[in-house]
Amino acid sequence: MYVYDEIDQTLVDERVAQFRDQMRRRVAGELSEDEFRPLRLMNGLYLQLHAYMLRVAIPYGTLSSAQLRQLATIGRRWDRGFGHFTTRQNLQYNWPKLEDTPDILAALAEVQMHALQTSGNCIRNVTADQYAGVAAGEAADPRIYSELIRQWSTLHPEFSFLPRKFKIAVTGCADDRAAVKVHDIGLVARRNVAGELGFEVIVGGGLGRAPMIGHTVRAFLPERHLLSYLEAILRVYNRYGRRDNKFKARIKILVHERGAAAFTADVEAEWEAMRLDAVDLPPEEVARVAAFFAPPPYEGLPGGEDRALTAHRFEDRAFAQWLPTNVAAYKQQGYAIANISLKPEGGIPGDATSEQMEAVATLADRSSFGEIRVTHAQNLVLPHVAQRDLHAVWQTLRAHDVTASNLSLVSDIIACPGLDYCALANARSIPVAQRILRRFAGLERQHDIGELGIKISGCINACGHHHVGAIGILGVDRKGEEYYQITLGGHAGTDASIGEIVGPAVSSEQVVDAIDTIVATYVAQRRDGERFIDTYRRVGKEPFKESLYATH
Amino acid sequence: MTQQIHTANRLGDGRVVFLTVAGTWSTGLAGADIAAAAAVAHLEAKGREDEAARLVVGAYLIEVAESDGIVEPLRLRERIRTGGPTVGNDVGRAA
Repeated sequence: MYVYDEIDQTLVDERVAQFRDQMRRRVAGELSEDEFRPLRLMNGLYLQLHAYMLRVAIPYGTLSSAQLRQLATIGRRWDRGFGHFTTRQNLQYNWPKLEDTPDILAALAEVQMHALQTSGNCIRNVTADQYAGVAAGEAADPRIYSELIRQWSTLHPEFSFLPRKFKIAVTGCADDRAAVKVHDIGLVARRNVAGELGFEVIVGGGLGRAPMIGHTVRAFLPERHLLSYLEAILRVYNRYGRRDNKFKARIKILVHERGAAAFTADVEAEWEAMRLDAVDLPPEEVARVAAFFAPPPYEGLPGGEDRALTAHRFEDRAFAQWLPTNVAAYKQQGYAIANISLKPEGGIPGDATSEQMEAVATLADRSSFGEIRVTHAQNLVLPHVAQRDLHAVWQTLRAHDVTASNLSLVSDIIACPGLDYCALANARSIPVAQRILRRFAGLERQHDIGELGIKISGCINACGHHHVGAIGILGVDRKGEEYYQITLGGHAGTDASIGEIVGPAVSSEQVVDAIDTIVATYVAQRRDGERFIDTYRRVGKEPFKESLYATH
Repeated sequence: MTQQIHTANRLGDGRVVFLTVAGTWSTGLAGADIAAAAAVAHLEAKGREDEAARLVVGAYLIEVAESDGIVEPLRLRERIRTGGPTVGNDVGRAA
């Protein structure tokens, strides 16, 4: 884990003091709401449908147990005893009071956290592969470069007023879990034939009202040039990105309108002009930051499956069901990655109570070298669990109702807060997710269906990533009634694709039956070993359209 | 004929509030000052006044129906905004 130095801590502490004074001036009438709004948004404080909402940054989805425990404490003391993990690996509190917010920010600063750049037209919190540092076959640990980007982009004076918000995702694996192709910039760490480290640089992906897959502008950028090249991209965007129309202001529109080749030429020209004077990555700074992410002190455990684990697998059927879905292979023998699903039957995707957060923090201390990850799919991860501890970990998770054995299955739904909380939404997302979770509650059927990502957004801003759901659901308002437009064939991985609208939107009453029909059509059409996305790519949307609209 | 009431968020805690006939802001709809759509000037004036006085932020009018003394917002967004999230995890919702 990265540990703040004096500069980081001073910056965050000073920001708390500044916000405390800004709030005081607002309450005293020295600042109008129009003056205060951008200041509170710079500190992650929104005014939502029912109350203020505070979005806390979790840089690259990595948390220490002390940080997660503090998030639990804040939830209990200043909110309603829970928090909501988001699709950008952040955490949102839905009920903070304005007058408490400086104290909340101070409590975050105590554990080296903040809410900087979780709003506004700046470089937002950097996201990364949740298996960073523990996945086999990784070219490099993306946390190192995410942290370097965090430091470079935090309060960067040139990039604090971009045409629109800007999101960067980083992975070190060929198997993309960070959705790098649908970010403003996606970075994939690679090694060239000489074994040198570099990055594939992907620009102009995004979701929202104009979903696009990013373009590779550099197949291999040497590691040392990472920051200067990012700076060149941001400069081109800052200069040519549209500021006349909010809906056309993201970099994807610039890349699309200019053309990927011309945009790439612009970036290369800018880079050539500025790179010798630019800030770049000295090897000693990379080594300094990398030292924070050194592997934990592993025990020398034997290879193969731990014998106690094997015994528990046969003794405990529920545990045996959890293992294949929620436990992933670890690069070090004897260890495993334990995924904690925040998608219980009938639950709210991404919500965790303070008690659940504390239980996970305690488990992390006991069995994961004090470390937790947050995933963009709104789940948690204990990244370093010895195989022999898995059963004990699972038992504790079960006692706190977070052992749903559904990772990547049909009930592992991504959903934005929707009209239940969000001031921008047109329709509710969470109740649809809850109804689908109940409909597909039986694990046997879910396992038979296999990998299938359902993603739900309550408006076209697409915080629920519906465009890249194998089944995407978009809430729309039709004359005051909630309707849902269904897209099929979206995918956020290495072979990313944007879903296609299957037909007319369906009513709220019809939507769960429609999903059931789509799933049944897939099951009828699939060949051996095909996931939903594979079948869809083979047969196209017609069979789904036919079965869906024949029954409605 | 369409009727309207005035709503806003309280500055200090962000809670949803409604302007009452007594000229105060309440977290419930009981006692809300209901006006015909063509006669809402006094509501808007009071909203601006209380925004300037830093009691509330973001005041706006919403359409309601009144029947047997019960006031109901017409749009789904406002029904949810008035009643709270429809999905649980709303423990302890208080004034």
